[in-house]
Amino acid sequence: MSGQQSPLRRFWSEFQENRLAVLALVVVVIMALLAFFAPYLVPQNPYDLENLSLLDARRPPGFIGTGGYNHLLGTDPQGRDLLSAILYGLRISILIGLAAGVVALALGTSVGITAAYVGGRLETILMRIVDLQLSFPAILLALVLVALLGQGKGQLITALVAAQYAYFARTAYGAAKGERRKDYIEAALATPLPGRQVAFRHLLPNCLPPLIVVATVQIANAISLEATLSFLGLGLPVTEPSLGMLISNGFPYMMSGRYWISVYPGIALIILIVAINMVGDQIRDQFNPRLRK
Amino acid sequence: MLGFVIQRLLQAAVVMAVMSAVVFVGVYAIGNPIEIIIPPEATQEIREATIKRFGLDLPLWEQYFIFVTNLLQGDFGRSFIYNVPVLELIAGRLPATLELVLISVITATLLGVALGVYAGYRPDSWIARGIMAVSVLGFSVPSFWVGLILILTFAVNLGWLPAGGRGEVVSLFGIEWSFLTPDGLSHILLPALNLAFFKLAMMIRLARAGTREIMLTDTIKFARAAGISERQILSQHLLKLISIPIITVFGLELGSTLAFAVVTETIFSWPGVGKLIIDSITVLDRPVMVAYLILTALLFVLINLSVDLVFALIDPRIRARGA
Repeated sequence: MSGQQSPLRRFWSEFQENRLAVLALVVVVIMALLAFFAPYLVPQNPYDLENLSLLDARRPPGFIGTGGYNHLLGTDPQGRDLLSAILYGLRISILIGLAAGVVALALGTSVGITAAYVGGRLETILMRIVDLQLSFPAILLALVLVALLGQGKGQLITALVAAQYAYFARTAYGAAKGERRKDYIEAALATPLPGRQVAFRHLLPNCLPPLIVVATVQIANAISLEATLSFLGLGLPVTEPSLGMLISNGFPYMMSGRYWISVYPGIALIILIVAINMVGDQIRDQFNPRLRK
Repeated sequence: MLGFVIQRLLQAAVVMAVMSAVVFVGVYAIGNPIEIIIPPEATQEIREATIKRFGLDLPLWEQYFIFVTNLLQGDFGRSFIYNVPVLELIAGRLPATLELVLISVITATLLGVALGVYAGYRPDSWIARGIMAVSVLGFSVPSFWVGLILILTFAVNLGWLPAGGRGEVVSLFGIEWSFLTPDGLSHILLPALNLAFFKLAMMIRLARAGTREIMLTDTIKFARAAGISERQILSQHLLKLISIPIITVFGLELGSTLAFAVVTETIFSWPGVGKLIIDSITVLDRPVMVAYLILTALLFVLINLSVDLVFALIDPRIRARGA
């Protein structure tokens, strides 16, 4: 159309200036692809107990097991090929992080925008609850909820959402409160549009930039929280180990020098979290008007 | 000011009332402790007697009423598992957690401020970049992983420090402490480092941001023009100016460090309150869970209340808005 750059393209060209952030983005994409295509890439389905042999348990990296192939990263106490288990674990971690992040984003944004848009008593009550929740550490809330709800993916996501939605609500509320006073909202309100449409079609898109930043950070946080809970034995069932549980399974063997069971899943986890955080940092810097040249 | 104080106190009381109801219903609505308390081979009479003794046959609201009445008298009930008053159980574990948390937060603050001021004073030096890299890691790497690496490095590979437990304790004022004996100190070092890592990252960022901002102000320019040495500018003027946010965060972080201690205590088998709550969750020891949650809620409400009051004392605008 016109020669003007679209906002998305401008955003991308600015993003490219930070080499490290681009590298981090590439790492995130590669890890997501590896996780997504894991069943086609790895030699073994680590969840299928019939595939596992205890003869292969706790073997060091490079061991050629009963399956006849090389366990590049060694095996875990149940005889799982660690490389396979890590890619499958990555799958669960990313899935849970994304699901929790997206649901928390939707819920928190709705709460924040509603509070800012409706105002009055509802605003006071909603934001009091949010502030109260923010004064408690997320890990404590998630811990308690997982303990109460029991094990399982659904329960874990519920706990993570409950622990994290307040951050989105606070951010959305702050942004919406500022936008609410602007003329375009007053103008939209003067038309016969229904209030809900003004709130979600006009107000919401202008509150998105800070929400995107919070979303990236919170997805990384959700992955980290999930791993922590699984490590404490409160996350997912043992039959489908996530990265946190693989680390936890290897912990007792670390003392006897069998470091690989814990260390390799841990490295995968750290690379994922640090890369997501670096992408998030770059997006935050780009949205921050005070750092604009 | 008095109106403001009363208003905040009432607010805190309402929060505690709501929290106690939420916690009670949350913990009691889910999971059945009867299967845990009563052995499967028990006769029907023993079953009924036990259920009656713990009041588990009453309707939920009546259980809650009894619970709140007892609570207001300082009675949190007895642990299903240890069969001792919960408060006694928690009080017995508290010193271990407290010494761990205090040592971590103080270390993180002292070290973090020093490193942060340096990173802010010479932002382009290699050391400053290294410091910032450490702080990025501190923010993103999960705490349990740091703990594992500490154990792997210092306990397993180097063999310098023990991997768990409290070590030798010594009694002071009738309470047992680890940090007063050399053996206990060697036990506390790794968990304290683990717990301090995240706070350290936060303190570095705070101190660095404050330093960078203040070094550009007229205060520093005039101090330099007056011929005051750099060392004195840093140690006297700068530190005073960046101290307010740091003190605030220090207070707020004391509470959240208590929460994070849950993870650290589990990794290092540190016999504190955090390990107690994880153990209680796994065996569904309801009274301990409820008491821990309510006491933690109380702690956070008190911290927030004191922060509000201190700010109001300093800043008259907040007082005017609140009243």
